[in-house]
Amino acid sequence: MREVAVVAFAQTVHTGHDTGLAEPELLLPVIDEVKRATGLKRFGFTCSGSCDYLAGAPFSFVSALDAVGAWPPISESHVEMDGAFALYEAWVRLQHGDIDTALVYGFGKSSMSDIREIMTLQLDPYYLAPLGLDQVSYAALQACAVNADRPALDEIVRRSRADGRANPHALDLPDPSGEEFEVEPLRPYDVAPVTDGAAAVVLAAGDRARELTGRPAWITGIAHRAEPHYLGMRDLSRSVSTAEAGRAAGVGKGPVDVAELHTQFSHEEPILRAALGLSGEVTVNPSGGPLAANPVMATGLIRVGEAARRILDGSAARAVAHATSGPCLQQNLVAVLEGAVLDQSL
Amino acid sequence: MGNRCAVIGVGQTRYQTRRRDVSLAGLVREAALRALEDAGLTFADIDAVVIGKAPDLFEGVMMPEAYLADALGGAGKPVMRVHTAGSVGGSTALVGASLVQGGVHGRVLVVAFEKQSESNATWALSTHLPFNASLVVGAGGYFAPHIREYMRRSGAPDHIGTLVAVKDRLNALKNPYAHLRIPGISREMVESTPMLWEPIRYLETCPSSDGACAIVLAAEDKVTGTPAWIHGTAMRSEPIMVAGRDVVSPRAGRDCAADVYRQAGVTDPRREIDVAEVYVPFSWYEPMWLENLGFAAEGEGWKLTEAGCTALDGDTPWNASGGVLSSNPIGASGLIRFAEAALQVRGMAGEHQVEGARLALGHAYGGGAQFFAMWIVGSSRP
Repeated sequence: MREVAVVAFAQTVHTGHDTGLAEPELLLPVIDEVKRATGLKRFGFTCSGSCDYLAGAPFSFVSALDAVGAWPPISESHVEMDGAFALYEAWVRLQHGDIDTALVYGFGKSSMSDIREIMTLQLDPYYLAPLGLDQVSYAALQACAVNADRPALDEIVRRSRADGRANPHALDLPDPSGEEFEVEPLRPYDVAPVTDGAAAVVLAAGDRARELTGRPAWITGIAHRAEPHYLGMRDLSRSVSTAEAGRAAGVGKGPVDVAELHTQFSHEEPILRAALGLSGEVTVNPSGGPLAANPVMATGLIRVGEAARRILDGSAARAVAHATSGPCLQQNLVAVLEGAVLDQSL
Repeated sequence: MGNRCAVIGVGQTRYQTRRRDVSLAGLVREAALRALEDAGLTFADIDAVVIGKAPDLFEGVMMPEAYLADALGGAGKPVMRVHTAGSVGGSTALVGASLVQGGVHGRVLVVAFEKQSESNATWALSTHLPFNASLVVGAGGYFAPHIREYMRRSGAPDHIGTLVAVKDRLNALKNPYAHLRIPGISREMVESTPMLWEPIRYLETCPSSDGACAIVLAAEDKVTGTPAWIHGTAMRSEPIMVAGRDVVSPRAGRDCAADVYRQAGVTDPRREIDVAEVYVPFSWYEPMWLENLGFAAEGEGWKLTEAGCTALDGDTPWNASGGVLSSNPIGASGLIRFAEAALQVRGMAGEHQVEGARLALGHAYGGGAQFFAMWIVGSSRP
């Protein structure tokens, strides 16, 4: 595989409420920021991730293109998925060898909708969606399946929110306490908060990456896998697709300093830690993670960006990023980022 | 360009107004199984699945790739979902090809679909309030002024659109999968239909269809059966609103064509491309795209149409399958163009086969004529 690295990352100061900014207005500053950071004005490829249902109107990505400055016309594509999957498409496109840079962005304003309700609409429309099983309810099924330990979950939320308060981009949320069940065994603070935000990443290949930054965050492995959709066809206490994607991305080939995991619910952290074989020593979600800021459709891309940031600033040598899609961790993407490409065959 | 990639299987469903007999999953699976059968393969031989469709509001299922993964043998594999408006079928093929060309996978299943009977497409295309002013006119209302501007600039006579409508529907009679198969289709019949959005008449418009299309893509060492080799792929996008944007002949379309011709070594598309499957949802888009794609000089496209050059027996056949005018499951329409181009160079297009077709263009466009995807496929290795 061709060497490809994250060379720049920017994200909005995420908010828990609608600030009145339209999606292109959320995007403009972060796209400007990565353009400034790299000095690049044009990219070999551009790819984005978003979801029309968040806005309740078709073609969210069409108006977002206005923020990119796609004139003269650009080579561009879009996935109706988290921006992390757009990053995967861009990484694949860079493997061809004819272009050297790519811009990736993701955005979402969940303040405008009831995310818990609209996530129901992604279920099988004939057999599952009519049951009215909403996102928190099916997550609660998974929390039951994993038999999560309450003090451990509380500690995950406490740690995530404390880290989030130290992250200028994340929400300012208090330590969890005294809340009744949302859907047993999940309490409101076990659920990622409603968040508006956007993020952008620049990828570059080979020497171009070295020119653009002193210490590129090399993507030494990236892979994703899907599982059956039906919750009854999976062992919800495990994430087989994360484990498979992690193996394909080579997570176990070296020590992991830090992992940014797309945990929309606190009980997902132990499931993902186990799937990726991360020991208790590995720092998980030092940014606060999705439990401290969850701009849907950008959250997974932010995990890649946050992991890369720790390589770019030299605070980590090897980091893992994870993104998810579908109900109860149905589809999972895993990327390994490293400060140095040790194996030249990569 | 990356590694060589070929289309080794094509599968389509019959396109029709309503497929009451299948679910969304049943629909995509029907196309996928036919593509696999064509390639002599099973789901077990596939490394990754790429799904494309137009807005989720068309069926009311958000991110349907999650639910459809099972029906497409996606469990245990990477599954991706592409959405680039009307060009999505083409873009989905290009993302699938990219996985092979980038050396990531050996065999990829690409599926695009729309089951438009599950909702009202014009409504789903018009609900921009409160974010933008909505004319509640659907795609035809948006494109009609562009067509009128083309007529004004080129001096094309009024009947050109009618000729395309008749030609594509005659071709559709030779395509067993086509939605609109109208016996006795004639200029008089088209001209007798109501004016929907001046100058677009009812029979100059694409239908609203249920349907799916699938292709199997393979790396050179994984080819089975009869390959259609990919000679070039390109995507281009431009903003819907930018000063100086020409909606009649968008620059993104011209740039995309130039890129794909360069990769395929095509310098004179009209002479070198044996057959083209071009996204023509309203009849007038044939002469417009003849110019945009460089098959004719500016203002001259309608003359090729009028002279019969684009007919099945013409010197540069366009939409031998009947095209989007005859079948339009929106999310799949682009992939059908790409797949039909592949069928032509594989010599497997049946009654609508263009004899001796060796190089074919697949084209898709979307949004406000701002998103473009194209490929050129050939019977020989690039």
